[in-house]
Amino acid sequence: MSEPCILSVDHLSMRFGGVVAVNDLSFTAERRKITALIGPNGAGKTTVFNCITGFYKPTSGAMRLTHDDGRNVQLERLNDFRISKQAKVARTFQNIRLFPGMTALENLMVAQHNALMRASGLTFLGLIGAPSWRSAEKHAIDLARRWLGRIGLLDRADDAAGNLPYGDQRRLEIARAMCTEPALLCLDEPAAGLNARESAALSELLLSIRADHGTSILLIEHDMSVVMEISDHIVVMDYGVKIAEGAPQDVRDNPRVIAAYLGADEEEAIAVMESGT
Amino acid sequence: MTAPVPEPTPLSRAPGVAFILKKALISALVALVLFSLMIGVRTEAGPTGQLIYWTRFGDLAAMVATVFGGSIVVELLRQWWGPVGTVRIVPPPMQNALAVARRAIAPVLLIFTFLVPVIFYDQRYILDLGILVLTYVMLGWGLNVVVGLAGLLDLGYVAFYAVGAYSYALLSTNFGLSFWVCLPLAGILAAFWGVLLGFPVLRLRGDYLAIVTLAFGEIIRLVIINWQSLTGGPNGVSGIPRPTFFGIPLTPGDDGLAAKLGIEFSPTHRIVFLFYVILALALLTNWVTIRLRRLPIGRAWEALREDEVACRALGINTTTTKLTAFATGAMFGGFAGAFFATRQGFISPESFTFQESALVLAIVVLGGMGSQLGVALAALTMIGGFELFRGFDQYRMLVFGIAMVLLMIWRPRGLIGHRAPTVFLRHSQPIVSELVREGRA
Amino acid sequence: MDYFAQQLINGVVLGSIYGLIAIGYTMVYGIVGMINFAHGDIFMIGGFIALISFLLLVSLGLTAVPVILLIVLLVSMAITALYGWTVERIAYRPLRHSFRLAPMLSAIGMSFVLINYSQIAQGARVKPVPPIITGGYTLHEGSEGFVVRLSNVQIIVVITTIVLLAIFTWLVSRTRLGRDMRACEQDQTMAALLGVDVDRTISMTFVIGAALAAVAGMMYLLYYGLVDFFMGFVAGIKAFTAAVLGGIGSLPGAMLGGLLIGLIETFWSAYFSVEYKDVAAFSILIVVLIFLPTGLLGRPEVEKV
Repeated sequence: MSEPCILSVDHLSMRFGGVVAVNDLSFTAERRKITALIGPNGAGKTTVFNCITGFYKPTSGAMRLTHDDGRNVQLERLNDFRISKQAKVARTFQNIRLFPGMTALENLMVAQHNALMRASGLTFLGLIGAPSWRSAEKHAIDLARRWLGRIGLLDRADDAAGNLPYGDQRRLEIARAMCTEPALLCLDEPAAGLNARESAALSELLLSIRADHGTSILLIEHDMSVVMEISDHIVVMDYGVKIAEGAPQDVRDNPRVIAAYLGADEEEAIAVMESGT
Repeated sequence: MTAPVPEPTPLSRAPGVAFILKKALISALVALVLFSLMIGVRTEAGPTGQLIYWTRFGDLAAMVATVFGGSIVVELLRQWWGPVGTVRIVPPPMQNALAVARRAIAPVLLIFTFLVPVIFYDQRYILDLGILVLTYVMLGWGLNVVVGLAGLLDLGYVAFYAVGAYSYALLSTNFGLSFWVCLPLAGILAAFWGVLLGFPVLRLRGDYLAIVTLAFGEIIRLVIINWQSLTGGPNGVSGIPRPTFFGIPLTPGDDGLAAKLGIEFSPTHRIVFLFYVILALALLTNWVTIRLRRLPIGRAWEALREDEVACRALGINTTTTKLTAFATGAMFGGFAGAFFATRQGFISPESFTFQESALVLAIVVLGGMGSQLGVALAALTMIGGFELFRGFDQYRMLVFGIAMVLLMIWRPRGLIGHRAPTVFLRHSQPIVSELVREGRA
Repeated sequence: MDYFAQQLINGVVLGSIYGLIAIGYTMVYGIVGMINFAHGDIFMIGGFIALISFLLLVSLGLTAVPVILLIVLLVSMAITALYGWTVERIAYRPLRHSFRLAPMLSAIGMSFVLINYSQIAQGARVKPVPPIITGGYTLHEGSEGFVVRLSNVQIIVVITTIVLLAIFTWLVSRTRLGRDMRACEQDQTMAALLGVDVDRTISMTFVIGAALAAVAGMMYLLYYGLVDFFMGFVAGIKAFTAAVLGGIGSLPGAMLGGLLIGLIETFWSAYFSVEYKDVAAFSILIVVLIFLPTGLLGRPEVEKV
């Protein structure tokens, strides 16, 4: 029986000089569930992401990733690229980081780099055009094609990623992350800048990812419609500290959460809620 | 109700004569101050060691007048052409013609190159020039892997050229090894140096990486100059053996190739042979680069150039990726260096200055980073242009410097304005250079 | 011990010269984020201008050494500053919004232009100058007969450096220009929106850097008695090393770095080998960038992802 938690963050702290961005944060993300990390701007959410995905070395604390087979990986000990490679954690970025000078297809091929490197025999088999390499490449292109079809970009596969419309770029970035076949997918504001229709399509995509691949998802998001619709579990941060955690319903009615978003006091928030509006 | 159309104000009309004259006058005044001492007065170390000088007011006046006139010309051109970067719509029939021409250039150029020794058999000068151009084409293709594909700014490429040259020179003069044995060794040694040099510095940002590679290049040159017991110091290494035709020397004697083939010996044979050797080496560089671009390692190089952070997020070990780019580029530089040594028969540290690195870098940038054809054309242009300045070395470098500045202002992405994708589902659509990143700086 | 003391003095003097050049590098890097590759050659031009001004003044009959020095200082600062301004206007300003590598390659081109311009204009041979300032003070006579001397030239170099540093520090911290410079360093767009003339501020940065490099050139001329068209290349790299060592973007760091590099170079040539002293300087650059990329007085940068 595999451990229910895929990610366990324990007493995570991140300090930049005198600024404490994340203060003693602890939460868990369950396997095959969608966990949302929300909070006002500047709460430290992206910093947490950067710690989990290895772009920052946390000042203190531990982050444990548990694979399906029970293997544990301590994320705070790994370098960034190893987190993706060994711990199977993939991410997208707040400001989309595609490879703009490469086509959509090429972007998805780069994501399969490690598998393809192995198949090309560290390039040498590839240089001589060995059949094993050629079939591996074909397999990779097929995977890319499937994902392009899934996000509706199949007919734009050969277009430069930098030329794609914003919504398409967001979806392409998610598809690219999925091409690494991760166990945990971390999404940093995937709905930012999307209109209502695109947000709905995004929600559908994420739910299907969870259903079809069993990937656990951790997402930062401001768009409450997306968060409420797809999250199984929500963690709320403010000023680097966790202020609430629980099911979407509970979090939504939590006065502390409301106060944090309104920038008001808790008492004021309760007063507003009780006045029946 | 539509907004009223504004009356054309004096500012929105084309700048008048007064404006141009005023600008030219200011430029001339600035030039006067700048040149007053440097050109107006000429100093020199006199016969007894003291400093003497004389005035050159005529030259000064001429220079200032040139600046004045040139300023007017530039202003007029600017008005006529529009500001730098104005988009010009090319009419469709011309677009088609251009497209056909573009696809034809590479094969035509290749065929022509193969036939050069045939066409110009008797013109030793052209053959030598051809060998020189091909050497720089190969260097350009080698550096292209580092700068054009991986986006790592390397200002010390000449170091690998030197390692290759000295490896062959020392191995052949001390151990009698033949060119064909030393060639791969030179490449391996240069690649090894590439890894060694690259390992500590590859996490540096673009500007810093550039300066550090420059420093490496200079260190290698200084070590070569000063380590006399090994490298012969400033005197260099001479008597480097010429390549053999797979063991058969190209000499006039009975064991020479000419005798074996039953034809009359001519010194041109060796030149022609060298021409085809460098052509083969260059084409090897080209072929390997094109293949590697389609393999995961090449794609990782380009992805690294586009966005290093995203690469790391995808599980790509950016350090080893950079090292392989560095090592591969270094290897080709080493091959070119070995060839250079065998062609000249003599090498000295003077051939491996920073100017060489800058020249090869200019070729890569002019070519349009990443484009094979572009680099070849750029090498042809630059080296051919240099030849026109033969005998005017100082002016040559001056014009080179000016050309670099102008190139950066006018066409910083180089001649070839697009990147060809390495894999496609339906059709290969070239990507305009504006979208292609140029590496982390 | 006496030998050591003498090297110490020599190193400080050399370091002052490097420091003056390094300030130009660090200021420009701080405000526009580019390595001004041609800055070392501006130093060289400054040396030439000083040389020629000297010749002209002497041949015009001037004999009062302090007057000559002052005029040469002002003239070379003014003209070299104009060179710096021109280089920025022609080769860097058009590229300010271009691709990131464009200004660096343009700077390399400009460096070649300046070097060859000097070579063509003044000939390739090294220009020697008879010592203009002579004399000095004997500080200590050692038992083995080694004399520790502090020459007048050395005193002048150090004092000039200190005075200029004081003026310059005042300029950066107390004047409007200095405030504008610091604003542009932090956020160019915002500074522009607040009414700072960004173009002019950047130009002034280059101008001041060039003026200081001119002083360094003149000091070099006084101290070593010669100029040649290639002296900017190596000195430039060493000064850049100094700027990085001190912490790029930090002005006291540039001076500190300069002093350190001067001392290291002097001690290395005195105690190890003269031939490899440049190798030592370049190696320091590499070592510093690997192990201490923010330098001694710089602030660590965290990359925003």
